[in-house]
Amino acid sequence: MSQPFRTEKGGRIDRGQQLTFTFDGEEMQGHKGDTLASALLANGVHLVGRSFKYHRPRGIVTAGSEEPNALVGVYRKGDQTPNLRATQVEVYQGLEAISQNRFPSLGFDVGAVNDLLSPLFPAGFYYKTFMWPKAFWDRVYEPVIRAAAGLGKPPKNPDHDTYGNIYAHCDVLVAGSGPAGLAAAVAAAETGAKVILCDEQAEFGGSLLSDENATIDGKPPAEWVRDTIVKLQGMDNVTLLSRTTAFGYFAHNYIALAERVTEHVSDPDPKLPRERLWQVRAKEVVIASGAIERPMVFPENDRPGILLADAGRTYLNRYGVKVGNKVLIATACDTAWQAAFDLADHGVDVVAIADLRETPPENLVAIAQARGIRVEAGCVVTGTLGRKRVKAALLGRLMTSGQVASAGQVACDAILMSGGWTPTVSLYSQSRGKVVWDETVGAYVPGKSVQHERSAGAAKGLYGLQATLEDGYAAGEAAAKAAIGKEAKVTYAAASGGEAGQGAVLGALPHDRNASRVKAFVDYQNDVTAKDIKLAAREGMQSIEHIKRYTTTGMATDQGRLSNMNALSIASGALEKPIVDVGLTTFRLPYTPTTFGLFAGVARGDHFDPVRKTPSHDWVVANGGVYEDVGQWKRTWYFPKSGEDMHAAVARECATVRESVGLFDASTLGKIEVVGPDAAEFLERMYTNPWKKLAPGRCRYGLMLNDAGFIVDDGVIGRLADDRFHVTTTTGGAPSVFATMEDYLQTEWPDLDVWITSTTEQYAVAAVQGPKAREVIAPFIEGIDLSADPFPHMSVKEGTFCGVPCRLFRISFTGELGFEINVPRRHGKMTWETLAGEIEKHNGTAYGTETMHVLRAEKGYIIVGQDTDGTVTPQDAGMSWAIGKKKHDFVGKRGLERPDLVAENRKQFVGLLTKDPKVKLEEGAQITVAQNPATGTPAEGHVTSSYYSPAMGRTIALAIVKNGHALHGKSLYVPMPDGSIEVEVTSPIFFDKEGARLNV
Amino acid sequence: MLLIYCPYCEVERPETEFHNGGEAHIARPADPSKTSDEEWAEFLYMRSNVKGIAVERWRHIHGCGRFFNVVRDTVSDKILKVYKVDDPMPDLEALAKEAGR
Repeated sequence: MSQPFRTEKGGRIDRGQQLTFTFDGEEMQGHKGDTLASALLANGVHLVGRSFKYHRPRGIVTAGSEEPNALVGVYRKGDQTPNLRATQVEVYQGLEAISQNRFPSLGFDVGAVNDLLSPLFPAGFYYKTFMWPKAFWDRVYEPVIRAAAGLGKPPKNPDHDTYGNIYAHCDVLVAGSGPAGLAAAVAAAETGAKVILCDEQAEFGGSLLSDENATIDGKPPAEWVRDTIVKLQGMDNVTLLSRTTAFGYFAHNYIALAERVTEHVSDPDPKLPRERLWQVRAKEVVIASGAIERPMVFPENDRPGILLADAGRTYLNRYGVKVGNKVLIATACDTAWQAAFDLADHGVDVVAIADLRETPPENLVAIAQARGIRVEAGCVVTGTLGRKRVKAALLGRLMTSGQVASAGQVACDAILMSGGWTPTVSLYSQSRGKVVWDETVGAYVPGKSVQHERSAGAAKGLYGLQATLEDGYAAGEAAAKAAIGKEAKVTYAAASGGEAGQGAVLGALPHDRNASRVKAFVDYQNDVTAKDIKLAAREGMQSIEHIKRYTTTGMATDQGRLSNMNALSIASGALEKPIVDVGLTTFRLPYTPTTFGLFAGVARGDHFDPVRKTPSHDWVVANGGVYEDVGQWKRTWYFPKSGEDMHAAVARECATVRESVGLFDASTLGKIEVVGPDAAEFLERMYTNPWKKLAPGRCRYGLMLNDAGFIVDDGVIGRLADDRFHVTTTTGGAPSVFATMEDYLQTEWPDLDVWITSTTEQYAVAAVQGPKAREVIAPFIEGIDLSADPFPHMSVKEGTFCGVPCRLFRISFTGELGFEINVPRRHGKMTWETLAGEIEKHNGTAYGTETMHVLRAEKGYIIVGQDTDGTVTPQDAGMSWAIGKKKHDFVGKRGLERPDLVAENRKQFVGLLTKDPKVKLEEGAQITVAQNPATGTPAEGHVTSSYYSPAMGRTIALAIVKNGHALHGKSLYVPMPDGSIEVEVTSPIFFDKEGARLNV
Repeated sequence: MLLIYCPYCEVERPETEFHNGGEAHIARPADPSKTSDEEWAEFLYMRSNVKGIAVERWRHIHGCGRFFNVVRDTVSDKILKVYKVDDPMPDLEALAKEAGR
């Protein structure tokens, strides 16, 4: 018979819609409205997974997002999403789900041997066992442990789903739609406040959907929910979000919601995202997250068929599913009795109610007796039997001595347990509020509000339907008043039934079994037992934070929502400290596991980061150039001709620039226009060099330090007029240099009359470098006499290039005659293509960043950030010449006088030549005095740049080396895995030391 | 994510529009050459890094581009006061008292 555990009638499922799904390949039936968990239970399936550490058979425990055991993989679009909670997966036609952490099958799992070997796996077992040999950790222990542990397998393919993002603002956000949440939403909405109501479940209503006994305004609770939702739907100021989890509460009432949009349908609209991230800024928040029931910690409390009592009631009333045919109720709390009564009313054989309390409430006992249910007071479950499904429970009688006497065995196929209720304080805790212990509630409840929020109903330990509703209304009214200052007359709904239950128990229950042989689980998902927590305390863990990490209790995906209170209680007993003194671990976000896709949103692949392209981009693509990524920029690395590898291409490009001419796209360089009467004074303070006497039409190399005295940027600065400078920066340094300038200008020297503007994106820059550079550009330039006398090296003039305005710099980063043509960005493509055509006529070449690097290294020009590392001063870099000696102050001047910056033994910038001219050093390699230094010998410095230099016909390198300036001519060593390389320290300038080639 | 009021734009905007500029009211000595090594090191490196009421600079980098000062409780992230860059430092004790710290 299909769905043997489905009730005859009732529940909120659509019995008219039969859906077929598979679990581990087996076909089963469910209904629309089922979760995978309820549908499996309807089919009599309790065993749904194997536990994390011991591979024990595990079944469904809860009916909500706190489910620790029923984690499944779901196949969609050819790949699987692991670790979904079966209690949240909605059944649709064709759903394919699989169990996890079992091999070869769920029923027969070889990993279950761990359970028999469990004495070998105590708490802290990893720390204790795998201490030595140390080298074994990476190669042996970790791979084996990783293969054996973990639950689901990660998907193999890139995520093919899309994810949306919405920013939203509201006056009142209500998280949770149980009685308190719904009442709060109604009360707030009535004032006209903009309200968002979200709930993680598919349907609004929370606990009201599984209560068949109470009434609200004379209606069954589910009907009142329906009417209330219809009313809210009709209000323009209300946004209702189901399947939406408020998973993170951040500063300034910024709340993140995860909306699951298409996961629950078999054939989703391809235009819709899988999930949507709502980033909500709420003026006020009402946390109505309810409470969850606590498991009881008795031996073998983890067998499939053992559920929380309220879950059993939910499956019955909401989903029309009986958790078993012979059900034992184990409780310390009144609320579980209602589950017993509901089950009995649906014809289930409730074999007994075992209540821990000596005298359970008489009215409940009377109702039980009227239904013929056996009541055992002062009775505790001391163990269970059955491997893949519970088949019997051992009962014990609590004696006044504190001992437990065996009270026989009772056959059952399900146990519903209740240790009482724990308010869900996760969101409150995330809002940085401090929970406080409430003795009367027997739980931690929200304390003072730190942000604009209030908890309502069971989330703050308030139980009972009428009280919860009233508290919800009041919270909604207060929130709206605080948000928009308005009040409205709200008629509170009146409830009958659904009274608050009494009674609770915390911690491990007493039993008459051999304590060393039994396992009573505290944290199901991480397989932590009561014994483990006691052991941790015995081994010296004093803080709950240490106990948590040592045992892993509370570290599973529910973050201890189910286990924390029991763990605390056990720790409290073991440490002989009251519970409040044991402390509570932090509830971190996300509230429930959240996909990476949701966080990434559209910021994936091409949309991960902007791509910045230079004007030569299309030409480079068409001409086979190879790109490298420099920050967000695409820069051409080199231009291989057919058959050329990188080495050959770079060697050819280098030689061509030195022999005739080369063309380079320098558009990425940062550019800042510095304008105003005090522009020269400002630069005088920002850069080491003197600027006041620089004549308009001339350029100077500028070196920028921070106030500590270290080099942070460099670039050529041209003076266009008395009050106007064209500043260039490194490609990577452009934003930070601009920000630094703004900082000093706004906060230190607001009296200076200077304006700075970033013009990086406004100019395209083509560098033409080489002996024939002048001939190449001459035909296109008007308004500037290019000859050396009026336009020497380090000059700038404004003119036109092909009729468009240009700023022409005569500067060089290659050591050759060179020009940089700055044109408005929109003319960059034309400029590049014109010049690319022209250099052909002179046997020139376009060249990329690699050739640029080699040519500048041959000249010993530093690249800030490659040859410097934030600890290099101008003196270290051999650039004392760049410091304006007569200047009274500039950024970094005082820093340069600090004792450590003028001390001996600083690392200094030098050239290195390998003894064997064919050997090329590794950049980053360490430099030592000894040829074969003993392990642990500190390095004298490191190689910063290393290339093959066509001009020198050999390899060259740059380095920073301790006292390097005094070591020219001396030998040092670069020890490498395959032998030590001897190098000679030299000047960093290898080529054209006199600079004759620049001044032609 | 913080919500920050820009005193120049006179609007409240999310933190992503701003850039934190470190502790406020650390003035660069008017004549650095007259400072001792200790004073200069103090200026360069020593910051109060308080747990509680901190005064920090923020720049509305994706807005007006201006620097301004913010008094923020680093424990609760509450912003107690925002003021322009050339305004004097407010009475922090009074602000703390007002905020109930």
